[in-house]
Amino acid sequence: MKKIIEVKNLNLWFGEKHILKNISLDFESNEISAIIGPSGCGKSTLIRTLNRMNDLIPETRITGGVLLDGQDIRQEHDVVTLRTKVGMVFQRPNPFPKSIFENVAYGLRVQGISNRREIADRVENTLKAAALWDEVKGNLNQNAFQLSGGQQQRLCIARALAVKPEVILFDEPCSALDPISTARIEELLLKLKISYTIIIVTHNMQQAARVADKTAFLLMGEMIEVGATSQIFKQPKDKRTEDYITGRFG
Amino acid sequence: MERHFDLELADLKKTLLTMSAMVEETINRAVSSLEKLSPELAREVISADESIDRIEIAIDDKTFDLIIRHQPLAGDLRLILMAGKIGTELERIADLAVDIAQRTLKLAGQPLIKPLVDIPKLSSLAQQMVRDSIQSFVNLDVTLARSICKRDDEADSLRDAVYRELSEIVRRDGGLADRAIPLILVSRHLERICDHATNIAEDVVFLVEAKFIKHCGK
Repeated sequence: MKKIIEVKNLNLWFGEKHILKNISLDFESNEISAIIGPSGCGKSTLIRTLNRMNDLIPETRITGGVLLDGQDIRQEHDVVTLRTKVGMVFQRPNPFPKSIFENVAYGLRVQGISNRREIADRVENTLKAAALWDEVKGNLNQNAFQLSGGQQQRLCIARALAVKPEVILFDEPCSALDPISTARIEELLLKLKISYTIIIVTHNMQQAARVADKTAFLLMGEMIEVGATSQIFKQPKDKRTEDYITGRFG
Repeated sequence: MERHFDLELADLKKTLLTMSAMVEETINRAVSSLEKLSPELAREVISADESIDRIEIAIDDKTFDLIIRHQPLAGDLRLILMAGKIGTELERIADLAVDIAQRTLKLAGQPLIKPLVDIPKLSSLAQQMVRDSIQSFVNLDVTLARSICKRDDEADSLRDAVYRELSEIVRRDGGLADRAIPLILVSRHLERICDHATNIAEDVVFLVEAKFIKHCGK
């Protein structure tokens, strides 16, 4: 397993507020890593730092570093390249107000691909990889908003996959979905990890337990514990982790 | 929908099947060691026990892990809980085979007190009951499982017959007690193996029907 992302002594402030406190953590290839913790602990902020989504927030100050394939994401990568390599799927499905086909083709066109055959092939393969093809292959020109919530979320995953990222960040990808759609996304994550590095933020501990190889527990901006998921949920080393996962607080 | 979880359940079942094949083999060897009065075979049974213990731990670990990670419900939960229990039953059966091998070591070097008649019958019954109990688990076959529970009475009768016959011999000649008591214990060990096979069958009925039939439940 190869280290894809290395977070080294990362601190982040929004104004005076110290949000992430000296976090060091590695993410390996072909693994699903989950970040858990109570609301406001900084878990979304942490993954948004990994593809520089916090850059637009005023008065943000960052120290320490994030390396992607050994290179500092703030010095060696421009934002567009970085976000091609590190894709993101959000809490609520947010397809573009376009057809199913165009949602997936969009990133390819932005990358300068214009060959219609190539685009069509990539769209089909990507929709297959996102386990959506069978449900939409007859209606590719249908507006994406007509899909169900779960299908829209898989379309957003397809959109992220289309540009061939190395890493995909998932920020609470199932919190707006019903149990069946959630199960579909989780099955999809387990398939995708064969080809991608996956990082998922979730407040649903059971979801972390079900899908993740590695789990990190964040509390008030501090990384309390990180380890193999089975270890974290079987015998956490830190009492605060145990208290959180057993529902004593949070 | 295809579930990744199902692959893990299939893997758990496969491990149980491997364990049960090893346990069946160990009963077979233990009884052969007695029939042939072979200390070598007896020692093989004793040393094979460690690998069966390791599989039991692996099954415990796997069931624990599946519960943690998948929070199973309904049939999935029953399957995982019963798989853990069946692993424990199989391990106890292997321990009883070791007990039989220990009796062989006690008896080796002197002729058997009498030709074995009921003990081989009891041994065949025990092996068949273990095999069928695992088969009922694999095929979720409650008819087969219930038939195993009924066979347990036959095992009790054979054990009692061995006891009656050997205690009569000892009554006539107290000097033969050292050679009779190990055989009485063997019949007891084999009868206990049948009890564990019955427990497995009862677990299978619970797995399929969510009904407890143990302790005379229907």
